[in-house]
Amino acid sequence: MSNMNGHEHNGNGNGEMTLFLKIWRQKCCSEKGKMCEYTVKGISPDISFLEMLDILNQDLIKRGEEPVVFDHDCREGICGACSLVINGIPHGPEVLTTTCQLHMRKFKDGDTIVIEPFRAKAFPVIRDLMVDRVALDEIITSGGYISANTGAAPEANSIPVRQENAELSMDAAACVGCGACVAACNNASAMLFVGAKVSHLGLLPQGEIEGRERVYNMVKKMDELGFGNCTNEAECEAVCPKGIKLSNIARLNRQFALSSFLKKDDGGLKQEWN
Amino acid sequence: MECCGLKFNYFTSSIGKKQIMTVSAFLLISFSIVHMIGNILMYVGPKYFNLYAYTLTANPLLPLAELVLASFFVVHILLAIILVVENYLARPQKYYMKVNTGKGASFASATMPWTGAIMLVFLIFHLLHFRFGTIYTTSYDGKEMRDLYRLMIEFFAQPAYLVWYVATMIAFAFHLGHGIQSIFQTVGINYSKYTPCINKLCLLLSLVLSVMFSAYPIWSYVKGLQ
Ligand code: SF4
Ligand code: FES
Repeated sequence: MSNMNGHEHNGNGNGEMTLFLKIWRQKCCSEKGKMCEYTVKGISPDISFLEMLDILNQDLIKRGEEPVVFDHDCREGICGACSLVINGIPHGPEVLTTTCQLHMRKFKDGDTIVIEPFRAKAFPVIRDLMVDRVALDEIITSGGYISANTGAAPEANSIPVRQENAELSMDAAACVGCGACVAACNNASAMLFVGAKVSHLGLLPQGEIEGRERVYNMVKKMDELGFGNCTNEAECEAVCPKGIKLSNIARLNRQFALSSFLKKDDGGLKQEWN
Repeated sequence: MECCGLKFNYFTSSIGKKQIMTVSAFLLISFSIVHMIGNILMYVGPKYFNLYAYTLTANPLLPLAELVLASFFVVHILLAIILVVENYLARPQKYYMKVNTGKGASFASATMPWTGAIMLVFLIFHLLHFRFGTIYTTSYDGKEMRDLYRLMIEFFAQPAYLVWYVATMIAFAFHLGHGIQSIFQTVGINYSKYTPCINKLCLLLSLVLSVMFSAYPIWSYVKGLQ
């Protein structure tokens, strides 16, 4: 079977593909970048997207050209190092999937694939498709931790946690800090990431103690770093590979207002986190 | 605003600005609802409509109420401009290709600044035409008052104005379609149990407001033909 572009495709899912790539190439942060076109041949639908880029890079090296720089680490969808905006969507067309877990079977022989870095003022390009996401680490440093000494593994049930809070906290803890939410947001806002962190920590008793300061400090840092303002469009939620919900942003909004207007020792007024 | 011994201004923070904008939006929508209900009197008859307007304007507190209302508009518009500029600057290098997933951003959400700008132009002309427009007078039971009803019928007898009003009300529907739902999210109300229902009610409200506000000019036009 051959498709419109005349490339052979045997139709059983094992056919090797030829793909046309448009990739952002940029030497460094201060230099202007541009889209460059490449063709890769013999791509199996069973390999991952990053393996396809590895093949391209092998070709480039053989031809004596500079390979395309991109971020990756675990390649099993758990570390959040991989990035890339693929055909206009951070982490590509597959929902709840990081770029490293995206497979070439999602594409057809003869497809043109546009690959760009995550773009935001707070994410300057280091080279080609690799951006500096240290801004997210800076937000974490400003409050994404607990300082309560929790000691060794405690006796189970010694600190009761509402089942609902445990679930919500665990869901928020799934955030891998990839920054796709920032990349997808039309305002380059980091609210989903920050919302996930304050929920994950603040919903549990150990993290609740500094809950207010945490919200305050993390939002302050987020603003300083030049992320945009959320306009509730929910593109972040749609691309998040870990399914972090928009309700985490609502919690952040709520807690930020409470943190701003209530004093710390407010006569035992309990913070209602969920 | 100081919190936990930390100095950080709520009013200049990203969330703070959005929440203030949200409060102003809430107050403006409340005003729109009252305005919409008041206008129903035009269906009852010129006398009731004019008397209603007269009662409002005769109130000595009117200038104060107008000032407060104007301040809601000013706050909402200024914050909108600041946020739009900040958001534009947050991504200096734009994407070569960026598509919305279809599960997040909508036409309404993506065009908020534009529909907002249309509403602003509308607002200016609306005030010029009616608040500061031609003064016809009429009298009921010996009381002289402004004949707003006549002004309205004459105004909407011109098809261009009719089309402009209905077109801006479509923009209004889109602005509110995203805006009203956004109020809840921005103040932190998002619970899987209630939010789907809240969102539907918000859409319904924006539809009711824009349909009602479009109906008045259409009705005036038809009345003017008779
Ligand atoms: S919220 Fe989702 S998209 Fe954003 S950093 Fe965390 S995992 Fe990535
Ligand atoms: S490389 Fe670790 S999540 Fe993709």
